[in-house]
Amino acid sequence: MGSDADASRPSPPIGAPSATNTVLELDDVSVSLGGRTVLEDVSFSLEAGEFCGLIGSNGAGKTTLLRLVLGLVTPARGTVRTPLGGRGPKIGYVPQKISLEPDMPLRARDLVALGLDGHRLGPGRRGPAQRAAVDEMLEAVGAARFAEARVGNLSGGEQQRVMIAHALISRPRLLLLDEPLANLDIRAGQEVVRLLAHIAAEQHIGILLSAHDMNPLLPVMDRILYLAAGRAVSGSTDEVVSTETLSRLYGQRVEVIRTHGRVIVVAGTDAADPTHDF
Amino acid sequence: MFAGYLVNTWEAATIVAVVAGVAGFFIVLRGAAFAAHALPNGAFAGAAGATLIGANTILGLGVFSLAGAALIAALGRRARQDVATALTIVVMLASGDLFLSRTSEYAPAIFALLFGEVLGISSGQVVPTAAIAAVCVAAVLVLYRPLLLSSVAPDLAEAQGIDTRFMDLAFLVVIALVTTMAVPVVGSLLIFSLLIGPPAAARAFTDRPPVALGLSVVLALLSVWVSIAASFETNLPIGFFVGATGAVWYLAGHVRTAWAGHARHPEPARARRAARTPRG
Repeated sequence: MGSDADASRPSPPIGAPSATNTVLELDDVSVSLGGRTVLEDVSFSLEAGEFCGLIGSNGAGKTTLLRLVLGLVTPARGTVRTPLGGRGPKIGYVPQKISLEPDMPLRARDLVALGLDGHRLGPGRRGPAQRAAVDEMLEAVGAARFAEARVGNLSGGEQQRVMIAHALISRPRLLLLDEPLANLDIRAGQEVVRLLAHIAAEQHIGILLSAHDMNPLLPVMDRILYLAAGRAVSGSTDEVVSTETLSRLYGQRVEVIRTHGRVIVVAGTDAADPTHDF
Repeated sequence: MFAGYLVNTWEAATIVAVVAGVAGFFIVLRGAAFAAHALPNGAFAGAAGATLIGANTILGLGVFSLAGAALIAALGRRARQDVATALTIVVMLASGDLFLSRTSEYAPAIFALLFGEVLGISSGQVVPTAAIAAVCVAAVLVLYRPLLLSSVAPDLAEAQGIDTRFMDLAFLVVIALVTTMAVPVVGSLLIFSLLIGPPAAARAFTDRPPVALGLSVVLALLSVWVSIAASFETNLPIGFFVGATGAVWYLAGHVRTAWAGHARHPEPARARRAARTPRG
C-alpha cells in the first residue's frame, strides 16, 4: 500500500512557506449544547504534517469538537482558528456514520469527484484534468481497484478509503476523521492508520482522528488530545497517558497500565485516591 | 389517436413525464417518496378550495403544494421528515374535506383532479405546464451537484459548506411545482407512480448518476406514451396503464438487480466457469 501512496504527487505546501504551519488552534473553547456543557476550556493546536489522536470514551465530546472545527457548532466561549481557511473545502472531513445505500447509482469515483466540485452550482462537465485528479487520489488511498464499483456495495474499509479520497481531493491542510476505525476489523483498521500516517507526512497535512481506543494509533501518533467529561488535555503520548495526568483529567483515580506495547486505562480504587477529594 | 384534439394530450403528458423523470431521480435518491406522495394528495385540497371560491384550480394547487412544502421543511429535522410530512398531509386533507363539504360541484371535477384528465387537455393548459416544467428542470440542473451530494451523503455535503437545510427546502419546492403542473394532467394519485417507478428502476440498470437520471426520463416518457396509446385503443382509463407500466419498470429493475447479484456471487457457477476458461 505504501507504494500506492507513493504515486501521489509530492504536493508542495500551499501558501507562503514562511508562514506559520499551524493548521488548527483552539483557545479556551467551551461549547454548550441544549444547556449542557459539552466541552470546557479546551486549548489545543495542530501543525501541518502532525498526526493527532482525539481520544475519549463515548459521549466525551469528540464529535462535537470535530463539528466545532468544521464550523457546524458555535463555541459559547473561546476562539477556533483554522489559519489556512475556515470551513469549506480547506478542511477535509470523514464523518463517523457512513450509510451509503447499496442501490444508489453512484460509483466510488463519482463520490470522490464530488469532493472536488460537489459544492459548485450547475451540472458541470468534468474534463481530463478532473478525471486525472480523481484517478490519482483513488490510487493514493489504494482505492483504484474498486473505482468503478457502486460505492454502496463496497465493504466498510473500502468505503472508508473512498471517503478519505473524497476528503483529500480538494487538497486540504487539515483532515478530520470521526471514529474511522469503529467499523473496521483490526487488519483494515491498521491499514487505514498506516495510510493516514503516510498521507500526513507525504502531503504535509495535519490529521485529527477520533477514536475511543488509542492503541491502534500508538505507533503513528505525534500527539494526543484526550477528552474526558468535556475537559481536555493534550501533548505527547507519554505526557498525556500517565496515571497522574489522566487522574487529574477524569477527576478521579485512574491507572494507566502499559503492557506488551499496549496501553490500558482502568479506574483505580477510591481508597487510594491521593489526587482528588471527590 | 394522433388526431388534432389529442395533440395537447401528447404534449402535456410528454412534458409531465420529462419533469417527473428528473425530479423522481432525486426523490428516490433522497428517500423523499413520502413527501412526493403527500404533496400531490394534499394539494388536491387546494384545488377543491379554489373551485369553492371560483378561483383558478392551478392557483389553488400551487398555493397548497408550496405551503405544504414550507410546512414540511419548517417542521422536519434533517434527514427525518416523515412525521412532519404526515402532519402536513393530514392538515391539508382535512381542509380538503372541509372545502368539499361546502361545494356542490362534486363528482366529475374532483374525479379529474384525483385521476387526471389527460385525454381532455386544452391548448391553454399546455403553456403553463411547459413554463412550470422549465422552472423545475432549470432548478434541478443548477443545483445538480450540491443536491446530489446532499442526497447521497448529507454529512459530507455539510462539511463541504453546502447548506443542507436549504437543499431540503429547495427540493421540496421543486416537488411542489411538479405537483402543481402535473396534477391537472395525470391526477394527484397517479403522478406518484410516474415519480417513483421510472427512477427506482433506472438505478438497477446503471451506476452512473447522469445516466440514471436520463434513463429515468426515458422510462417515464415510455410510460405515458404507452399509456395514452393503450388507453385510446382499449377505452380503459389511462391511470390504470400509467400505474401498471410504473410497476413493470420497477419489477424489471428488481429482476435486473437480482440477476446482477446472482452474476456477482454465483459460487458454483463461477467455479465451473473458472475451471473451463482460465482468466487471461
